[in-house]
Amino acid sequence: MTSDSLLSARGLVKQFGNFRAVDGIDVSIERGESFGFLGPNGAGKTSTMRMISAVSQPTAGEIRIFGLNPVSHGPEIRARLGVVPQEDTLELELSVMNNLLMFGRYFDIPRKVIRQRATELLEFAQLSDRADDKCDNLSGGMKRRLTIARSLLNQPELLILDEPTTGLDPQARHLLWDRLYRLKRDGVTLIITTHYMDEAEQLCDRLVVMDQGRIVAEGAPRALIEQYSTREVLELRFGAEGQEPYVDRISEYAERVEVLPDRLLLYVHDGDEVLRAVHATGATPESALVRRSSLEDVFLRLTGRTLVD
Amino acid sequence: MDRTIRRGRTRTWPRWHRSLWYHGAFYLQTWRASVISTFLFPLLYLASMGLGVGHLVSAHTGLVEGRSYLRFVAPGLLAITAMNLGESESMWPVLGAVKWVRTYHAAVATPLEPEDIVLGKLAWVGVRLFFTGVVLTITIAFFGALNSWWALTLPLLAVLIGLAFAAPLMAFASTRESDASFTSIYRFLIIPMFLFSATFYPMSQYPGYLRPVVQLMPLYHGVALARSAAFGHAEVGSMVLHLTVLGGMLFLGLRSAKKNLRRRLAS
Ligand SMILES: Nc1ncnc2c1ncn2[C@@H]1O[C@H](COP(=O)(O)OP(=O)(O)OP(=O)(O)O)[C@@H](O)[C@H]1O
Ligand SMILES: [Mg+2]
Repeated sequence: MTSDSLLSARGLVKQFGNFRAVDGIDVSIERGESFGFLGPNGAGKTSTMRMISAVSQPTAGEIRIFGLNPVSHGPEIRARLGVVPQEDTLELELSVMNNLLMFGRYFDIPRKVIRQRATELLEFAQLSDRADDKCDNLSGGMKRRLTIARSLLNQPELLILDEPTTGLDPQARHLLWDRLYRLKRDGVTLIITTHYMDEAEQLCDRLVVMDQGRIVAEGAPRALIEQYSTREVLELRFGAEGQEPYVDRISEYAERVEVLPDRLLLYVHDGDEVLRAVHATGATPESALVRRSSLEDVFLRLTGRTLVD
Repeated sequence: MDRTIRRGRTRTWPRWHRSLWYHGAFYLQTWRASVISTFLFPLLYLASMGLGVGHLVSAHTGLVEGRSYLRFVAPGLLAITAMNLGESESMWPVLGAVKWVRTYHAAVATPLEPEDIVLGKLAWVGVRLFFTGVVLTITIAFFGALNSWWALTLPLLAVLIGLAFAAPLMAFASTRESDASFTSIYRFLIIPMFLFSATFYPMSQYPGYLRPVVQLMPLYHGVALARSAAFGHAEVGSMVLHLTVLGGMLFLGLRSAKKNLRRRLAS
C-alpha cells in the first residue's frame, strides 16, 4: 500500500451472511487518475463502491482514503467525496432546486454558496427550467442527471460514480463525459463503474475487471485489449441453418473462437484475410463484420459474459 | 491569542443538527397533509368524547373521579395525540427513507453518520411534539379543563410520551423490508393501548384482573402523567414509576435505533 495513493485498499472483503460479495481485492488509485470497475451483474462493484465511499464497513481488509481510515474518519472523508449511487436517492416530494439546497446543508456549506453552485449545476444538468418542479415528476434520465449534479455540490476531490450513465440518452451521456473530463483536468479523481465499454475506454486511465468478487485483470484499457485479445475480431452470423456446422471447420483459422447464441466471434490478427479463408471453406455466413478488438472482448474473455443489455 | 485563533477557525455545525434541520425543512415543505391529522383528530375526539360522551356520563353518574368527563378525558387525549404523532412519524417515513426513496442512504454518503440521523429525526419529532403539546394545552385550557400550574409541563410530557414510542418504533422500522408488520402494530399495540390505557374511563372502572394489564400499557403511564399534571396532584412514587417507564422506552429505543440504523445503512 503506497502511502501517497489517494485511495488504497488491501484484502478488501465484504460478506453478507455466508456469501462473499467482495472476496479480497487490492486496489490503489492515484490522485488525478480516473479509474474504472468493470464486471458483470453481481460481480461486487456496488459493494466495493460502498466500502470505498466510507459508507459500508468492510468485513475484512484495510482501506485508506486521503490517507485516512474510513472506520475512524468517515465524516472527514465523506466531506471530500462526491457519490453517485447506482440507485437514485432523491427526495421525490421536494422540488428539484430544494433537493440541491437541502442536500448541501448536510455538508455545512453556507446557504449563499449552495444556491450559487446549485444554479450552476442545474444549468449543467440541463434542468434549470425544471428547478421548481417536484422531483417525482422528472423522467428517469432527468433524475439521474439531478443525482449527478447533487454529487458535485461539495466540490469533491474524489468522485465515485456507480453506473452514472445508465438511463441517460446519448446527448446527456456526452455532456456528462465532458463534465468528467473537465473535473479530471481540474485534478478531481474519478472512480467509475459502468456497463458501457466505450465509456470505460473513453474515460478510464486504468481499470479493473471484477468477477465474482475478485479482480481478474487490471490495466489501462488499451493494454488490457492487447493482453487479452487479438488485434481484430471477425463476427459471423449464419442464417436459418445455424452456426453449429461451421464452428469446427472455421475454428482453425482463429486464435480463439467465442460461440454466442446469435453469432461467432473469431479472434484473429487480420480479419479480412480470415474472412476469405472462411469463404474458401464453403461456409456462407449471412453477414460478416471485421472490427478492432475492444474492452467488450476482454470482458468476454475474462468473465465469459457479454454485455449486451 | 488563543481566542483569535479560535475565532479565525470556521465553526462547524454539529452533524446531528444538520439532520434535525433537514427533517424540519422537509416538513415545512410538505406539512399540509399532516397538520390535519395532528390537530383535527384530537379536537374532534375532544368534541365528541368530551362533550358527547361527557354529556351522557354526567346524565347518568355525574362526575368521573370528581371531575366533569371533559376534564377527565382531555389530558388523556393529549397523551394519545403525542403517541400517535410519535408512532406515525417513525414507521412509514423511516421505512421509506431506508427502503423506498432511500434518502437516509443519501444522507450517510455525506458527513452524517447513522447515529446523527437518529438524533436529528427524533429531535425533530420532539420539536413537533412540543408545539403540538403547546397547542393542545392551550386548547384544553380554553375548554376550562386545567386547574394547576403543573399543566405548563404538558408540552414537555407530550415530548416524552411521543418519543417513548417514536424511538423504539424507529428502531423497529429500520430493520423492516416491508410495511406488512406495521398493520399488526396498529392492531395489537396501538389500538389496544388507545382503548385500554385508562384513557376514556378511570382505572377504578376496570375489573381487578385487568388492572395489571392496564399498568403494562406504556400509554397508561403517559395518560397518568398528563392527568396528574392537568389536575395538579400526584403521588411521588407513581410519578417516578411513570417517568421511568417512558424514559426507559426512550433510552432503550434510542440505543437500538442507532444500532439498527447503522446496521441497515452501513452494512
Ligand atoms: N445487502 C446485501 N445483502 C445480501 N446480499 C447482497 C447485499 N448487497 C449485495 N449483495 C449481493 O452481493 C453480490 C454483489 O452485489 P453488487 O451489488 O456489489 O454487484 P454489482 O457488481 O454492483 O452488480 P450490478 O452490475 O448488477 O450493479 C450480489 O450477488 C448481491 O446479491
Ligand atoms: Mg452495482
